[in-house]
Amino acid sequence: MYNDKVRDYFLNPRNVGALENPDAVGEVGNTTCGDVMKIYLKIENERIVDISFETYGCAAAIATSSIATEMVKGKTLDEAVQLKNRDVIQALGELPPEKVHCSVLAEEAIKAAVEDYRKRTASGG
Amino acid sequence: MSIRKVYLDHSATTPVAAEVLEAMLPYFSEIPGNPNSIHAWGQEAAKALKKAREQVAALLGAKPEEIIFTGGGSEADNLAIKGTALLEKNRGKHLITTAVEHHAVLDTCRWLEEQGFSLTVLPVNSYGQVTPEQVRGALREDTFLVSVMHGNNEVGSLNPVAKIGDLCRERGVLFHVDAVQTAGHLPINLQELPVDLLTLSAHKMYGPKGIGALYVRKKTPLVPLVHGGGQEFGLRSGTESMPSIVGFGAAAALGARRLQDGSVEEEKRLRDLLIRQVLERNDEVILTGHPEERLPYHTSFCIHHIEGEAILLRLDALGIGASSGSACTSGSLEPSYVLLAMGLDHATAHGSLRMTLGKDTSEEDIRYTAENLQEVVRVLRKMSPFGRKG
Repeated sequence: MYNDKVRDYFLNPRNVGALENPDAVGEVGNTTCGDVMKIYLKIENERIVDISFETYGCAAAIATSSIATEMVKGKTLDEAVQLKNRDVIQALGELPPEKVHCSVLAEEAIKAAVEDYRKRTASGG
Repeated sequence: MSIRKVYLDHSATTPVAAEVLEAMLPYFSEIPGNPNSIHAWGQEAAKALKKAREQVAALLGAKPEEIIFTGGGSEADNLAIKGTALLEKNRGKHLITTAVEHHAVLDTCRWLEEQGFSLTVLPVNSYGQVTPEQVRGALREDTFLVSVMHGNNEVGSLNPVAKIGDLCRERGVLFHVDAVQTAGHLPINLQELPVDLLTLSAHKMYGPKGIGALYVRKKTPLVPLVHGGGQEFGLRSGTESMPSIVGFGAAAALGARRLQDGSVEEEKRLRDLLIRQVLERNDEVILTGHPEERLPYHTSFCIHHIEGEAILLRLDALGIGASSGSACTSGSLEPSYVLLAMGLDHATAHGSLRMTLGKDTSEEDIRYTAENLQEVVRVLRKMSPFGRKG
């Protein structure tokens, strides 16, 4: 049901785990639906210098969050929020139709993390 | 490195046993006859059909003429339920089933409800079982059928079908039992068991797929769903699938033998070993279903903080075949209705894992599985925002 790339990102996920002292954290999803993604960011001069994820969910949820972290690492925050779920799907090759929502969650998780950073900096933290 | 292959999804389907396959093979080409033909080819097939029917009947303590071969367990469930509902005297009346039945029963009952029948779906306890008292409370003057599964496919729990049957008989209500998970695995003696209709499936007991049977107690009126040549005592028309029927017969004989020679006891020992290992090796894991009143080959769990499909795919990469009732494995957004009916919350149900043993499962398989599952759980929890790190 999954192609080799999705399987690879699920079995050997990149950027997995929590970052210590992150500059921002974004969390989306809920346990009732069965998917929760948490993104940790380290930011210097508006640029993502380090990123990691923790995901509760199916193989597609884990694979999409992993590849999404790779796709925005090194990008500026303005560039990172441009990431669309179809970019994530394209990077993975394909996703089964019932798993497309996982890629949407990955897009939203990145946006939530960036938003968290904006809030923190706005409040002078 | 070669990995071990451990198939632990026997509740989904069993491999065809070597002796079953051997019995089937001649009936594809060597013995090609239609059992309804008068010539030697036909008569040889008719003889094999008779023998297979006797073998299936013998497994259940039934009479051969009470066995109706069908195209599988789902068709047998449909025949039992629609076949009684469509009797003139039962039109629009009341039937009772449970919330954890297989879809072949539950969806058939719900369809009848849409057609104007009255339906009671009994809730279950936290093990997924119903009680005779619940059935007694639900029986009405116009109840014509009670349908309760013997052993549950998802959580392995057994229902008190003998007591429910007594009750139905007392009240003159027909009793159907879906025994797809239990036939050939637990003793069923229909000379004593007060059941009128009982569903079997060959591929859950080392027979081929696409063949099942409905036991129909003598003098139980039934309307056929498939009309035509009048095969199977007029209850299931269509030329008999001889290789499958012969295979089913051989599988029934194998099942009868396994019930006698201690195989089932050994399977139970390995089942309990796996349950113990999984619970001892992992924190925050619960056994689902009843710990003792349980299918002899069935284990099922909910593993907190991780999701079932992820567990399955990681196990699969290690050569272990299991299943889950999580939403992601069902293709819908809802986890298993069985687990929800037992009172589990969504998050818990998403972490469901079922591992069902078979006749060739070894102690080494169990050890390999328990060790690898522990590692899978550890790795996935490390990725999960909820898992305890360590």
